[in-house]
Amino acid sequence: MLLFMRRYGIWLAAVIVCVVLPYIFTSRLSLTLFCQMGIALIFALSYNMLLGQGGMLSFGHAVFYGIGGFLAMHALNKISGGTLPLPIELLPLVGGLGGLAAGIVFGWLSTERSGTTFALISLGIGELIAASALMLPSFFGGEEGISANRMVQTTLTGFRFGKQIEVYFLIAFWAIVSAALMYLHTKTPLGRVANAVRDNPERAAFIGYNTRAVRTLQFSLSAFFAGIAGGLFAINYEIITAETVGALASGSVLMMTYVGGVGHFFGPILGAILVTFMQVSLAGITHAWLLYFGLLFVGMVLWAPTGMAGIIMMHEPVWKAGLMKRLLPSYLLIALPSLVMFVGVMILVEINYHLSLSINPEAALQLFGIRFKAQSPVAWSTAILLAAIGFVFFRAAKRKVSRSWDEVTQTMKGGAV
Amino acid sequence: MSTPALKLAGVRKNFGSSQIINGVDLEVSRAERHAIIGPNGAGKSTLFNLISGFYQVSAGYIELGGHIISGLPPHRINRLGLSRSFQVTNIFPKMSVFENIRCALLWSMGYRYSFWHFCDRLKRVNEKTEQILEMIHLADRRHIPAAMLAYAEQRALEIGITIAGDTNVILLDEPTAGMSLSETERAVELIHKVTQDKTLVIVEHDMSVVFNLADRISVLVYGEIVATDTPDNIRQNQEVQEAYLGKEIA
Ligand SMILES: Nc1ncnc2c1ncn2[C@@H]1O[C@H](COP(=O)(O)OP(=O)(O)O)[C@@H](O)[C@H]1O
Ligand SMILES: [Mg+2]
Repeated sequence: MLLFMRRYGIWLAAVIVCVVLPYIFTSRLSLTLFCQMGIALIFALSYNMLLGQGGMLSFGHAVFYGIGGFLAMHALNKISGGTLPLPIELLPLVGGLGGLAAGIVFGWLSTERSGTTFALISLGIGELIAASALMLPSFFGGEEGISANRMVQTTLTGFRFGKQIEVYFLIAFWAIVSAALMYLHTKTPLGRVANAVRDNPERAAFIGYNTRAVRTLQFSLSAFFAGIAGGLFAINYEIITAETVGALASGSVLMMTYVGGVGHFFGPILGAILVTFMQVSLAGITHAWLLYFGLLFVGMVLWAPTGMAGIIMMHEPVWKAGLMKRLLPSYLLIALPSLVMFVGVMILVEINYHLSLSINPEAALQLFGIRFKAQSPVAWSTAILLAAIGFVFFRAAKRKVSRSWDEVTQTMKGGAV
Repeated sequence: MSTPALKLAGVRKNFGSSQIINGVDLEVSRAERHAIIGPNGAGKSTLFNLISGFYQVSAGYIELGGHIISGLPPHRINRLGLSRSFQVTNIFPKMSVFENIRCALLWSMGYRYSFWHFCDRLKRVNEKTEQILEMIHLADRRHIPAAMLAYAEQRALEIGITIAGDTNVILLDEPTAGMSLSETERAVELIHKVTQDKTLVIVEHDMSVVFNLADRISVLVYGEIVATDTPDNIRQNQEVQEAYLGKEIA
């Protein structure tokens, strides 16, 4: 029983959370948000099959997401038209198989080498597909894209998918199944050898592996799950445009995965949840949200390259050794200047956005309940000063954090001997 | 005479205009332990790179158990029963020690590209991994990422990965380089054990190791084999003394 809980407890918890979530957060907005998160989560996990597990930095992963989405959309139209007797619950599989087929072809083409060559080819394929999206209107629907109606007769569950919550449960189901399958994949010979090829392709060849074949297989399976996410996209929005295959979507999944952390299986889940939340909530608060997101991304790359999952897992041994309280003071110490620096940068960003993009730059701007004119030198100098002071103290606090870490590591080593 | 385990015929290699290997002929018979010695830069590692398919020969050919292997990619040569270690440690740094060894025997045990088996459930694979870990004295380090091992431990892992696939022909490139005396002793013992009934070709600078392990020795100087003979005869060979051994043995 204990073993069972240890092994499957986390999955059981995931199922429970998914089931109760829409009953705790009942607003329409949060339901939309959860649906988006579920799709993003599958997409990001599939991306990490490439980057984290296979060492392939792709700039074109949305190709498979998009192709899956378009195929599913065409299939959905056939289902509504009565020419395809497929229950809509299985529609994501159509997307998945489409992604898989495209993945085999493009995977084989791009995986002879990893590293820069692979990255550039993936970028090229992304551009290629995005360009052909406009040349093949019968498949990609031109400027308007393709739409469909998800309320069809052929269902397995009796859901009619008129209500968003029914769509939510479908997405949650596929998200859990896909996540579980991708997790299990990491435990298989191919999953492990993908790690070996990532770590040292040269040596992998000398233990009998054709590195290109390993990468192609890993790539294709990853494209399969991206296609499933695309299929869910089709059901969720009932419209899909060429944007879905584009560079923006490819960049977005890269950033989600990276921010979440590529070194641990659950990293991309965190990344997908956080970034989707930011996309939806920040976009409602400020027009400059993409800029903030960019700042977060750059900050992570610079100071926390292991991502959120890496930060969390770094603390696991400290937590187990009961030494967290030794780190907390320095964390509090760094939080303050970080906040000051952030507020400074934020005021600057908002002022600039107001000046260059708002309808009436002369109108007063409101931040933290304070109204001021964007042209005011006081506002400018305050912002710059805050950012500068914050930065100086941030650097100092960072040293303090590393010192606390050194101490904790020393203590743990000493304890182990 | 039965077909040799490994045969090189007229093998040449040049990088651009510089000739590194100048027509090497060599036959290593089954279950023989064969050492290749020679000064730095003689082309010993290059020879291993040619045999294992990492480099392509410029002329000549190489046979493994009677099959021509020159021209094949490294993974194909490995599948035909030849594995090698590297002079500069070449492991899977982010993976655990256990995972390093297990990956190295998945292909040979038939699990290849499978994504429908779970590694943890493959009883024979895991038992064999354990055996190898015991053999290379890394059983208690199994969970550590390979990058965190001490130098000598990494060298042991390097050998472990090489022998895991149970190939008939094993090439070891300076396995004891940089080791202390006691570490070297342990390594030699290990090499002895893991190459029982196998064909071994070893590049080694430590003459005590060479004379201890080898059935025959080839001396490579400037990309040419100047002598191939038993250890005793090599010791007495005038040409070898002059070319190479002089300073070390005298
Ligand atoms: N890829 C390469 N390109 C050019 N020259 C090389 C290459 N590999 C080896 N060499 C040259 O071949 C010679 C022999 O090197 P190597 O085989 O490593 O010698 P050894 O292992 O006997 O010390 C050296 O002069 C080296 O510079
Ligand atoms: Mg060498």
